[in-house]
Amino acid sequence: MNDFSGMDALYRDFILDHYRNPRNAGTLEQPDASFEDLNPLCGDKIRMDVKIRDGVVEDIKFKGRGCAISQASASLLTESIKGKKISEIDAIGKDDVLENLGISISAARLKCALLGLKVLKQALALKYETADEQPAS
Amino acid sequence: MALAPSSTPTLTQTDVARIRSEFPILKERPHGKPLVFLDSAASSQKPIQVIDAMDDYYRRYHANIHRGVYHISELATEAYEDARRKIARFIGATAPEECIYVRNATEGINLVAYAWGRTNVHRGDAIVVTEMEHHSNLVPWQILAQQTGASLRFVRVTDDGRLDLRDLDRLLDGAKLFAFTAVSNTLGTVNDVALLSARARAAGAVSVVDACQAVPRMPVDVDAWGSDFVAFSAHKMLGPTGVGIIWGRRELLEAMPPFLAGGGMIGVVRLESSTYANIPARFEAGTPAIAEAVGFGAAIDYLTAIGMDRIHRYELELAGYALKRLGELSNVRVYGPDIDHRTGVISLTVGDIHAHDLATILDSEGICVRAGHHCNQPLMERLDVPATARASFYLYNTPAEVDALIAGIEKAKAIFKIA
Repeated sequence: MNDFSGMDALYRDFILDHYRNPRNAGTLEQPDASFEDLNPLCGDKIRMDVKIRDGVVEDIKFKGRGCAISQASASLLTESIKGKKISEIDAIGKDDVLENLGISISAARLKCALLGLKVLKQALALKYETADEQPAS
Repeated sequence: MALAPSSTPTLTQTDVARIRSEFPILKERPHGKPLVFLDSAASSQKPIQVIDAMDDYYRRYHANIHRGVYHISELATEAYEDARRKIARFIGATAPEECIYVRNATEGINLVAYAWGRTNVHRGDAIVVTEMEHHSNLVPWQILAQQTGASLRFVRVTDDGRLDLRDLDRLLDGAKLFAFTAVSNTLGTVNDVALLSARARAAGAVSVVDACQAVPRMPVDVDAWGSDFVAFSAHKMLGPTGVGIIWGRRELLEAMPPFLAGGGMIGVVRLESSTYANIPARFEAGTPAIAEAVGFGAAIDYLTAIGMDRIHRYELELAGYALKRLGELSNVRVYGPDIDHRTGVISLTVGDIHAHDLATILDSEGICVRAGHHCNQPLMERLDVPATARASFYLYNTPAEVDALIAGIEKAKAIFKIA
C-alpha cells in the first residue's frame, strides 16, 4: 500500500493515533514549569505543564491545537520525557524529535514538528531562570 | 458590484488554453505532477507579456525617472507614467495623479493611516473596521487608535460570513474613518462597496477600501464606488511583486502631509525646511519600483484585452462548479456565503484534518492551496475554526483543475481514514 506518493508514510497510523488520541493531554493543577506558545504563521498552539521532583520530570501534560505533525510530535515528546532528568531534556535536540517521529519532514513543516520541544524548553528555562545555561533549542 | 448578469460572455476553453500557454510557470511539474495553482488570492502567476515588459525595460531603457534629461531616462519616465495612466483608466479614476505608487496595498493603507490619520484623527474619535479584515487593514488602524487615543469599533460578521450591517449607522455615528474590504480574502464574500462608502460619507467618515481581492477579479470603478481611498497590489493581478496603488480623492491627497520623505517628493529644499511636490510625487519619495510599474502596466494591458467582465464571469463559473463538487463530498465544510454573494475564493475544512496536513497532501499531487489563518485571525476566531485550506481561482484555472482538487481531497480523506 504505497500509492500515496509518500503521504501514507508521513501520515502513518501511529502519527494519526497520536494526533487523534494524544498522550498526556490536558493541564496540571500546580505545574512547576509551564509555557504556551504558538507558531504565528500557521496558528499551531501548544501549552506544556511540567511537574518536577528532585530534578526529574514526574508528570507532564500538554494542550494544543494544530496539525497532525505538531500534535503527534508533542504527544510523543511527553511520552519520552516522563521520568527523565532535566539535564537529559536539555540535551534533546531536533534530530531526536525527528527520530522519535520516524518520518521525514519537509523544511516547511519542520516548525510544526519542533513546536512541542520549543515550548517545553521555554517552560524549563523560565523555571530555572538560567536560560543562558540551557542549550539553545 | 453584484453578480455579473448571466448574459455576460465568459472565457471559452480555447481562450483559457491560449491564456495558459502564456504563463510559463504552468509548464512546471512539482513532484512530477502538473502544477495546479489554486492560490492566486495570495499571489497570481505572471504571463510572458509581463515578464517580457520588465526584461525589456532592464535590457533597453533602464535609467532613473524624473531626473535625467537623456533619452533612455525619458523613455523610463514615460513608461512609468504610462503605466499609471493605464492603471487609472482600469479602475475608473478621473485623474492618473490620484493613483499613488506604493510597494503593495499594505503600504498604501499605512500611507493613509499615517498621512491622513495622524492629521485628522484625534483623541476621542472613532475608527470603524470590520471583523473580516485582513490584518493589513486592521493593524494600521489599531496603531493609529493607540497613538491618537481614538477608539476602534467593529462591524461584525454573520454566521454565513457576510457583514452584519444592522448596527452600521450607530457604529458610524461620529466616526472619522471606515475601513473595509471589498472582497474577503478568506471567505470570498463580496461586499457592497458603493453602499458602504455612501453610508460612511453620510456619517462624515472617510472610507478606506482594501480592494486587493476585487481589482484583480471584477470590473472596478472607484468613481461609481464613491470611496475616498482604495488600495490594491499588482502581484495579485498578474503583475510583479513590489508595486501597488493607493488611490485617493484628489482633495484628500492634496491636503495630506507626506508619508515618507526624501528625494523626488520635494519642491524647494533648504537646510531648515522644505516645500513638497504636488501629488502624486509628494507620496513617492525615493527611486520607485520602475520595472515593476512597467510590468504592472503590461498586466493591465493583458487583463484589459481579455475583459474584466469575462474574467469575473469565468471565475464565478469555476467557483460555482467547485462549490457543487465540494458539496457532493461527505465531511467537507465550506465557509462563507452562497454563490450570489461571493467570488472565487473558497475556504474549507475536511473532517478533522488540519488545513496544513490537507495542504501537504494536496501539494504531493502538485496542487497549491493556502493553509492557515490567511492573515485573518479575528475572523477565524469568529468562525471558531483554527485554520482552513483556501482554494482560489483565476483566469488560467480550468474545471479539470477543480476535479484535481476534488481528487486530492479524496486522497487526503483516504489517508486520514475519513468516510
